Amino acid sequence: MADGDTNIPKLDDPLQVPCIKPGAMEGLQPFLASPEHNKALGFPEELVPDWKEKALAKMKELADKNRAFQVYLDICVKCGACTDKCHYFLGTADPKNMPVARQDLLRSVYRRYFTFAGKYFPWLVGARDLTKEVLDEWYSYYHQCSECRRCSVFCPYGIDTAEITMAARDILDAVGYGMKYSNEIIGKVHTVGNNLGLNPKALAATLEDLEEDIEDETGVSVRLPIDEHGADILLVTPSADFFAEPHIDGLIGYAKVFHQAGVSWTLSSYASEAANFGLFIGNYENMRLVSQRIRKAAKDLGVKRIIFGECGHAWRVAYSFLNTLAGPWDFLDPKYPVPQHILEFTWNEIQQGNLTLDPSRNDHMTVTFHDSCNVARGSRMGDMPGGQFEIPRNVIKAVCNNFVDMDQDTIHESTLCCGGGGGLLTDDLMDLRIKGASPRMTALQKTTEESGVTHMAAICAICKTQFSKVMPKYGYDMDSIVSVHQLVSNAIILDGQETDDDADE
Amino acid sequence: MLSTIYALLFYGATILIVVGVAAKIRKYAATPAPLKIPTTPAPTTRGGVVLRMLREVIFFESLFKSNKWIWLFGWMFHMALWLVIIRHLRYTIPGNTPWLLDFLQPFGKYAGFAMVLGLLGLWARRFLVDRVRYISNPSDHLILALLVAIGLSGLTMKFVAHTDVVAVKAFMSGLWTFKINTLPTDPFILIHLTLVLILMIIFPISKLLHAPGVFFSPSRNQVDNPREQRHIAPWAAELEK
Ligand code: SF4
Ligand code: SF4
Repeated sequence: MADGDTNIPKLDDPLQVPCIKPGAMEGLQPFLASPEHNKALGFPEELVPDWKEKALAKMKELADKNRAFQVYLDICVKCGACTDKCHYFLGTADPKNMPVARQDLLRSVYRRYFTFAGKYFPWLVGARDLTKEVLDEWYSYYHQCSECRRCSVFCPYGIDTAEITMAARDILDAVGYGMKYSNEIIGKVHTVGNNLGLNPKALAATLEDLEEDIEDETGVSVRLPIDEHGADILLVTPSADFFAEPHIDGLIGYAKVFHQAGVSWTLSSYASEAANFGLFIGNYENMRLVSQRIRKAAKDLGVKRIIFGECGHAWRVAYSFLNTLAGPWDFLDPKYPVPQHILEFTWNEIQQGNLTLDPSRNDHMTVTFHDSCNVARGSRMGDMPGGQFEIPRNVIKAVCNNFVDMDQDTIHESTLCCGGGGGLLTDDLMDLRIKGASPRMTALQKTTEESGVTHMAAICAICKTQFSKVMPKYGYDMDSIVSVHQLVSNAIILDGQETDDDADE
Repeated sequence: MLSTIYALLFYGATILIVVGVAAKIRKYAATPAPLKIPTTPAPTTRGGVVLRMLREVIFFESLFKSNKWIWLFGWMFHMALWLVIIRHLRYTIPGNTPWLLDFLQPFGKYAGFAMVLGLLGLWARRFLVDRVRYISNPSDHLILALLVAIGLSGLTMKFVAHTDVVAVKAFMSGLWTFKINTLPTDPFILIHLTLVLILMIIFPISKLLHAPGVFFSPSRNQVDNPREQRHIAPWAAELEK
């Protein structure tokens, strides 16, 4: 299925709209979750015999519990404004990947069972019965949406297909038809504390290795503390930061910034994961349980503030939902917002002049910045709307001499998904991931041709992993994707650091 | 006889649209939004949200960003519709209309053309653009047909086959006080009124709900302040017990 190499869509322009190709991605399905994975999350172990009644009951429940779901199902006027806004449609041409058509897969069933028009005149309003084929179609196309919200920006009513996708996945899980990748990972967080299943021992050993690396490189002893009671700051970061490239260089960057800022901080082995895949499967209860771990860790360690590392959806859950899911945070220091983003912290330190930076150490790169969907369209940084665009760029410009933005209509709120977000970062969906990345990759290629951009910086663990996998297909080295704090790490000069003149190795 | 039937139909349709839309609004208002999901960048204050909403419903801001053709036709249709509705107040409320409405009369007269033009533009897209053709259901075509027919029958009465406007006004404004005056019986007024009745009846059970619904869209009407203010749905608060 992962025949991406032969199938890379060639676009002349990042936003070039294809003619529709019905059925182009039909039947693409990620692996089903195993009974154990489902059980661990409180879902039926496998597709239940009365799945139809259960699915409809769940749909009704969600319509009663979630205004977005109810309103969005009712008010779409099929104007078509969103039809060319999804990177998966641009990359695959499958009309069911047009946001409104994706919503209609579910709306058609909602209408059939819950609206007057659909009950009595189904043919008129495109209503249809819920059959096993429909269920399979849901499984396929609701796993071809990265919940990136790009469509929501352009809809005159703000209809967010991500909300429909989340609801659909929640319904699928409620009947025992969940997806392996996300459900397995959430299970690991519930039992071990992070997506990777790294136990506290392994984690501590990794951090020790990193401390040695930093000392070898700089001659300065920089700590990466874990489970340290009484530290001021709890850092919650995606577990990919502990081992994957280029994530790990970002983690080193955070440690250096904390070190220079002279603050006391700690990681937690219990809450060793910023990611919260409960969002992806649209399940409030699971999302809440994962978030509660952070509350418990903060209480147990007695910290005063919480800072999140570079991760897109994690920051959305943290910024927008953490107060709801795990608040109130009245036991933390009220001087600081809860939670803060590491970039808010770093930018503040830079503004205060607390960091010694030598941007020329990044002179071998010309950098652009990829706004991650969930940060761009589902959160904020700083005090002003749009801070989520400014602060990362400000930090990059402070540590890099060569920065160029991609096309205006592919950044900020119009940013294009990496193609692997929303719980799709799994090899069984590689074909989709490669195609879905093509609009972003085309925008990048344009800046490479026009401005000589060599590297793209990102602040999301999923983006980084996805790009290091797919960029080689588009003619870039896999290390052309960098962490923003990796750039910071390169440029920062620690007190007492031996600075030789041949700094760039 | 005919006048009585139409009067009853108007009362029935009015009850349906008012009760139907009120029920939907109640449902939307009563359904909690469990999480903060404004599409960001979003305003950080209530006042900012009011402005954002006004920009959406007056200028169709998001649609403008999205697609200039749909914006052009859609905006033209909706704004013309307002003018036409204002113009029609003269025929439907008793007595003299305030000077402002009188002032807007001539605009309303030609707005009818803009309205039909906008609708035809939107309709053309349903045939010409493969993506929009794909997502169109029969009901989407029929609603456009209905609106176009309302517009054309109205324009016909204004510019081609005049109806007895004074009598129409007497009939319509009589309805307010439950007086049934005689309705003219030329075909265009009957067609026009019948189509309007249909529109009123389907309003609460169709996508026309977007009109009240847009104000309840969480991605547009929420304030971006989740760190400052805890937001929790009643059913979610139960989980904490
Ligand atoms: S832009 Fe909004 S209203 Fe228009 S078709 Fe898409 S979801 Fe429906
Ligand atoms: S949320 Fe993103 S991936 Fe999903 S339909 Fe909308 S644009 Fe496509």
